[in-house]
Amino acid sequence: MRIFDPHIHMTSRTTDDYERMAAAGVRAVVEPSFWLGQPRTSAASFTDYFDSLIGWEPFRAGQFGVRHFATVALNPKEANDPRCRPVLDLLPRYLDKDAVVAVGEIGYDSMTPEEDEAFAAQLALAVAYDLPALVHTPHRDKARGCERTLAVVAESGIDAGRVVVDHLNEVTVKLVRDSGCWLGFSIYPDTKMTPERMVELLREYGTERMLVNSAADWGRSDPLLTRATGEAMLSAGFSDDDVDQVLWRNPVEFYGQSGRLDLSDLDVAEKVDPQTGNSILRGGS
Amino acid sequence: MTPDSLRAALGGVPDPDWLDTALRRVATEPTAITRLFSAAGRRCGRGALPDAPGWTADDAARVLLLTALPGDHATYAASLYQHGDAAERRAVLRALPLLPIGAAGVPLLHDAIRTNDTRLVAAALGPYARHLDPAAWRQAVLKCVFSGVPLAAVADLDTRADGELAAMLAALAAERHAAGRDLPADATDLLDRLTAALPREA
Repeated sequence: MRIFDPHIHMTSRTTDDYERMAAAGVRAVVEPSFWLGQPRTSAASFTDYFDSLIGWEPFRAGQFGVRHFATVALNPKEANDPRCRPVLDLLPRYLDKDAVVAVGEIGYDSMTPEEDEAFAAQLALAVAYDLPALVHTPHRDKARGCERTLAVVAESGIDAGRVVVDHLNEVTVKLVRDSGCWLGFSIYPDTKMTPERMVELLREYGTERMLVNSAADWGRSDPLLTRATGEAMLSAGFSDDDVDQVLWRNPVEFYGQSGRLDLSDLDVAEKVDPQTGNSILRGGS
Repeated sequence: MTPDSLRAALGGVPDPDWLDTALRRVATEPTAITRLFSAAGRRCGRGALPDAPGWTADDAARVLLLTALPGDHATYAASLYQHGDAAERRAVLRALPLLPIGAAGVPLLHDAIRTNDTRLVAAALGPYARHLDPAAWRQAVLKCVFSGVPLAAVADLDTRADGELAAMLAALAAERHAAGRDLPADATDLLDRLTAALPREA
């Protein structure tokens, strides 16, 4: 099973996690910029963070054969702090970097006027830099937040096929499915979405435009839940090809729209296990 | 490696016109280097250059962009390093010995050596490291041994290695042996060469 985790905050994980992820078949990750647990108080701490996302984290990942990409943005939570807003002017330089494959996470947290402004400005940056956009949906007042998110996306003029709307659940999935945007699901041990519930959604809505991630941030989370979801799919009767579409080809197609997704030299060639007939990852589990 | 030989080695990249245009533009409009420097890997590729051993297309293209600037090389090098991703930083470090900047790039070497990114540490120990003072240079060489950077990356290794470095290597070897571990073979070889060359203490 080859896995591309399209949304995982590796900054909050240990190096051991990279080792376990690689052993589980994870070969590529996208780390969206977001908050850091402790709220920031200046633009300078954002630049150190962005530098880490395009410097140290890819190096740390590379030691385990994992290719690390990033998305860069002012997140909705901190868009409300006037001390952090100047980071909007610093984004263009980062959006030119090789490993930056989208603008994100942008969107809403508390749906304030400040968030409106930052969201629209950064969707415009995505258009200007010809990059996809990764859109976070709020954890409170989610359904209305999702509607408003889709309205802002439509108004921005960005192609819906270049937007993923993330952290979806049973309540918000249909709305986003009908919008033409990609659908992101963050699988958590017991909150946003679980492997079993995800399998049900894949049964109902199919495997196209569906992105499964483990997010794995500062709360209780698990970077191997992408793999667990793949296994739950297989147990429920989905084929190896279905799993490969959801866990590898879909994220490659979505972020490939950046024109910067360099997966060369990655050990992702598949071969078939002679005993089980299942495809297995060369060098992996 | 000279800029001319790098230019010749880049003749076979997928989009040589892009590089020609970029170099001409930087010569007359230096601020354009900011975006061109970031795009160089996407436009020229990142593969090894057969005619320039040890060089990749992106490193060579970025070094040429820096050498094409009409002036203010030290300022641009510092800015591109500060705002660069790891590959851009590596290219700035490799460009330093080819730029007319004297020792002005030394702070960038110190920054790179402070990191634990072995690509940057190795790039900082090229020919420009002649501007590092002996204490900083020895620490950097020891860091290479410690973090597994091959000593082949270190310019002027045998001419600069001294008794003090030998003592530091011997201490690291003793520490490793106490833990049941060994030094990398190239470090053991260096220590053997230094020990053989140095006068024995009475």
